[in-house]
Formats: sequence, C-alpha cells, structure tokens
Amino acid sequence: MTTTAPIAPSLAPGNTLLEIRAVSKRFGPREVLKALSLEIVSGEFLTLLGESGSGKTTLLRLIAGFEQPTVGEIWMHGTRLDTLPPYSRRVNTVFQQYALFPHLTVSENVAYGLRAAATPKPEIAARVNDALAMVRMQEFAAAKPTKLSGGQQQRVALARALVNRPKLLLLDEPLSALDANLRKEMQSELKSLQREVGITFLFVTHDQEEAMALSDRIALLRDGGLEQVASPREIYAHPATAYTAQFIGHTNLLRAIVREGVADCGGFYFPSALPEGSALFSLRPEAVDLFANAPHTAHAVRFTASIRQQIYAGATELLELQTDSGAILRARIGASAALTGTHEFVFSASDATPVKD
Amino acid sequence: MYSRAYKLLISVPPILWVALFLLFPYALMFAHSFWSVSDGVIFHNWNLSNYRTLIHNPLYWQVLLRTAGIAGSVTVLSVLLGYPLAYFLSFNAGPRKELLYQLVIVPLWVSYLVRGYAWKTILGSDGVLNGFLQYLHITNEPVSALLYSPFAVILMLTHIYTPFVFLPIYASLEHIPRLLVEASQDLGASPRSTFFRVILPLSLPGLLAGATFAFVLSLGDFLAPLLVGGPSGTMIANLVQSLFGAAFDWPLGAAISILILLFTLAILALTQRLEKRWSFE
Repeated sequence: MTTTAPIAPSLAPGNTLLEIRAVSKRFGPREVLKALSLEIVSGEFLTLLGESGSGKTTLLRLIAGFEQPTVGEIWMHGTRLDTLPPYSRRVNTVFQQYALFPHLTVSENVAYGLRAAATPKPEIAARVNDALAMVRMQEFAAAKPTKLSGGQQQRVALARALVNRPKLLLLDEPLSALDANLRKEMQSELKSLQREVGITFLFVTHDQEEAMALSDRIALLRDGGLEQVASPREIYAHPATAYTAQFIGHTNLLRAIVREGVADCGGFYFPSALPEGSALFSLRPEAVDLFANAPHTAHAVRFTASIRQQIYAGATELLELQTDSGAILRARIGASAALTGTHEFVFSASDATPVKD
Repeated sequence: MYSRAYKLLISVPPILWVALFLLFPYALMFAHSFWSVSDGVIFHNWNLSNYRTLIHNPLYWQVLLRTAGIAGSVTVLSVLLGYPLAYFLSFNAGPRKELLYQLVIVPLWVSYLVRGYAWKTILGSDGVLNGFLQYLHITNEPVSALLYSPFAVILMLTHIYTPFVFLPIYASLEHIPRLLVEASQDLGASPRSTFFRVILPLSLPGLLAGATFAFVLSLGDFLAPLLVGGPSGTMIANLVQSLFGAAFDWPLGAAISILILLFTLAILALTQRLEKRWSFE
C-alpha cells in the first residue's frame, strides 16, 4: 500500500469549502441518506467510502445537482448550493462510465465547459492544450473518444473536468472500470494530480485500499449515515465501531467483560480503563505475533493457541489460531517456516482498541 | 456451413422476384422513355425527343417545381411537428410514455384513403371547418380556398407523414445515454445549450432518416393531390398517371418517371452519405 504522509489540511473554520447540513434523501419509501452532515475542507482529498447502497453516489449526485435533498441544505463558501441547477455550480464530475461526447473530438470534449462559459477562443485553446498535457493525452487531441481505451477515456474525462478549474471535483468510482494494473497506475497519477492542481477532490469508492492510498480523510458511510470521518491512519488505528474496524482492513473482534479495570476475553486478560460491563475490542491481525519473535512486547498479553491454518502471502503469513478457550483469532506475522501444533503468542494490550458494537 | 446447392436454392426465389417485378419493369420503362407514340401506337424508334419535350415545355418544370415545393414543405412541417413530439415523449413523458407512443402510432393503422376523405370532410365548402368559421361569424360564406389547393395537399401529407418522421427521431433520442445530458449540465451548459450541442447533433441521423421518408414519399404521392389538390394542387405523379392513362403517351410518362427516379436516387445517396458522417457508433 502506498500510503503517503497526509498533507494535513487545516481544519480551521473559514477553510471549509462545502458544508452538508443534515441532508436526507428519500426515493419513495426508501431513505437513502439519513440526516447526514459533513464538512469538506478546501484543498483536501476526501473519500466517501461505503458498500453499494450506502448512499455515497446519491450524496455525490446531490452535490452535483442531479438530485435534490428531501430535507437539509448544502452550502459552498457561504452560498447555498442545493437550490442552484447543476450548470450554475462550480462543481465538476468525473463519471464512472466517463460520459465523453461521442460526436466531439478529444479536444472538443475538453473545451466543452469553457465554451459553455463563453471563454475567449485563444484562452480555450491554451487551456485545453495544458489540460491535455497534464493527463498526457495531447497526441490524441483530434481523435474521437470511441477510438480510445478505457484508461485514455478516463484521462480525457479528468482533463475535461479539471480544465474548468472547479472549486470541487467529484469523482464517482472513476477507476472501477479499469483493470487492476492500470488502476494502480491511475491511483498514483490521480493523487499527484490533485496535489499539483490544488483542487478539492471528493472521491467515491467502495474499495477501502483505494481509499487508504489516496485520501487525506475518509468518510465511511453505512446505510445513509456517516460511520466515521478521519484520516486513513486514524481510522485504521482507532476505528470507532466494529463495522469500521471490519470494513477498513481486517480485524479480530474480541468480546470481553470488564471487571475492576481488567478486560476478560475468556482465555486472556488485559487492563482496560473502560467502565464495568461488556465491551468489544478490535485487534488487528498484525498486532499479534509469535512470542518467540517479540519477547519484549510492552504491556504484553500472552496466550497459547493451536494453528488451524497457515496462508503464505510472500512477505507475510496469515495464521488462523484457536485459543485454549476455543476462540478463533487471525494473526499476520512475518514469513516463517511452516508451523504446526501449539505455540505461544503475544500482543500489546494497547493494540486492543475498544470499539462500539 | 450450408451446401452450395442449398444456398443456390434459397437465393433463386428472391433474385427471380427482384428481376421480374423490379428490374424488368424499370428496364421496360427506361426503354419506353426513348420511344415515341403516334395515333395511339408506340413506335420503337430510339430518340431523345421525350427528354427534349421535358426540357423545353415549362409546364413540366412548373409541376415538378411545385411537387418539390410541396414535398419540401411537408418535410419541414412534419419535422417541426415530429421532433418536438419525439423529444417530449423521450425526455418528459414519464410513466405515460408507452401510452402516448401508441397514440402517435395509431393513425398508421387507419387507411390512407380514409384519412384523405376525412380531410375532404373537414376542409370542404360545407365541411366542418367552414361550418365552424361561419358559426363564429368569422366569415359569412364558405371559404373555398381551403380544399383543392396546394395548402390542402400539404396539410394532408403532413398529417400522414408526421408519424413516419416521428419514429426514427424518437428511436435516435431514446438511444442517447442520459448520462451525456448530465455531463453537459455538469460542465455548465444550460438546458438550451445542451439541446443544441449534445441532443440535436446526436439525433441528426434519426432526423435525417425521417426527413428523407417524408420527402421521398410525398414527392411520389398522387392520392393526396387527387383527393384534395384540385387543378392548382396537381403534382408530378398525377401528370405521369394521366400520361399513362387518358393521354396515352407512355413514352413521355416513362421519361418523367425516369427523371423522378434519378432525382430520388440522388437524394437517397446524399442522405445516406450524411447519415454515415453523422452517426457516432
């Protein structure tokens, strides 16, 4: 995974570009968005992550203006956005199916928005040329879109949107139609492009790896509501809910009873500051190791378990463990020899993150 | 793979059909156009006198021009009626779409002749329209100019061919991905601008096909002028009919027919080329 240090966008008030205020959207009896509120900061790369049906595309269409909120308002830089028609919003969209105009050439496609805005002709020519250079599609300027490959069409769609210098660029799963290799390549291009142009990106995807690789912040949607909004590192290390922990990366969910400052997971114990009663912890597989590999772990929690399965993945191995009390746990450890039988394992108590059910 | 004998067997009937009922009559007509007639007898003496008559006699040119004018008017009017109708049905009709579509198609099930006589009833001196005008005291006596005029022919042909223009336009509009309309609006184009820059160009092949239908079919029409045209509404097909009938001048009639045929073929060739250039898939 190519995580880059996030350029922390300052979250100071006044730097907010888009404000979604308690927006609900109903299609007949179905409530697709439920009183959702979200602020998008100027210059950030924000990803709307969620399963299909979570409402992420609907939210994007509300911001673009193709749908109207049933309840709530959307504001951009102090002006109300949701009452404007789509063609009056300084927002552009890169569509999943590209949506290039088949009767226009590549450069006419890119010039479309500038022409609609009655930009002077020499300026159009210069900006179209720059935009095509930016996505390395200059040599195809005179071609018709149907003659291009999927990746090339995607680049043109990107240039067609960016050439208008929108305040906000909406990207609706733009990479999902590309094959895996091209997809990885376009991911890193997209990221550096966003840094280069400094335009705020709102990116929709159902692919959590893609979200982690690209975003400054991730907004995880679930059933039309926001589950958690945080930076990729934060959301991975401190998932607020069990859903988040399972959706972003893999995890072990440990059900425990907290009594007198100790969490009892049935088989192993560790100190916890949580109030008395039942609790749920997320423990990432990579936090668990063979005791032999990490004998000096701080706040170590040791337990013995038998190995049920071992899956080799090159640099790492995924182990499926069964503890003495019968619980199933996954551990990701550095590549080792084939393991069998019972071994002693360890994890740090601080890696067990309390999550809401 | 099919055997040679089988392929031959199934291709013979259509070839025979085309030869017997298309190629042979056309060849016969072509030959006639170079012959001449005298005292009711056709002489097989090859010459160009029929074509010379056509060029030198202004009567034929007048009728031909009027015919082209009527066909052109019918084309323009049925596009002006058919396009908005198709646009409305395709983009704005909502759940009533199927029903409205059927309503547009229904007139095609009614006999051409019945529709012609209907117009006679509407436009005639003691017809529905004149009765209505007199009832409203807009006129004191019937307006005779309504029936038996080029106007009546244009009206009737437009009524008949509008569904023919509507159908291909509707099909091409239905074919336009709605995502492109959204993309255009997203890029800042108003609905008006989106229509002229995306929807209209993408529906041109359908519009062209419809316009060609209307023009070519009304160019050769002889029933409408016969029913509602009167002397001032005579079209070229009526001329051909009378030359082959009462006047018994088959050679001249054949020459005019060849001329119309060539004209029609030229239009079809032109529109086919344009259609190719304007199609995008």
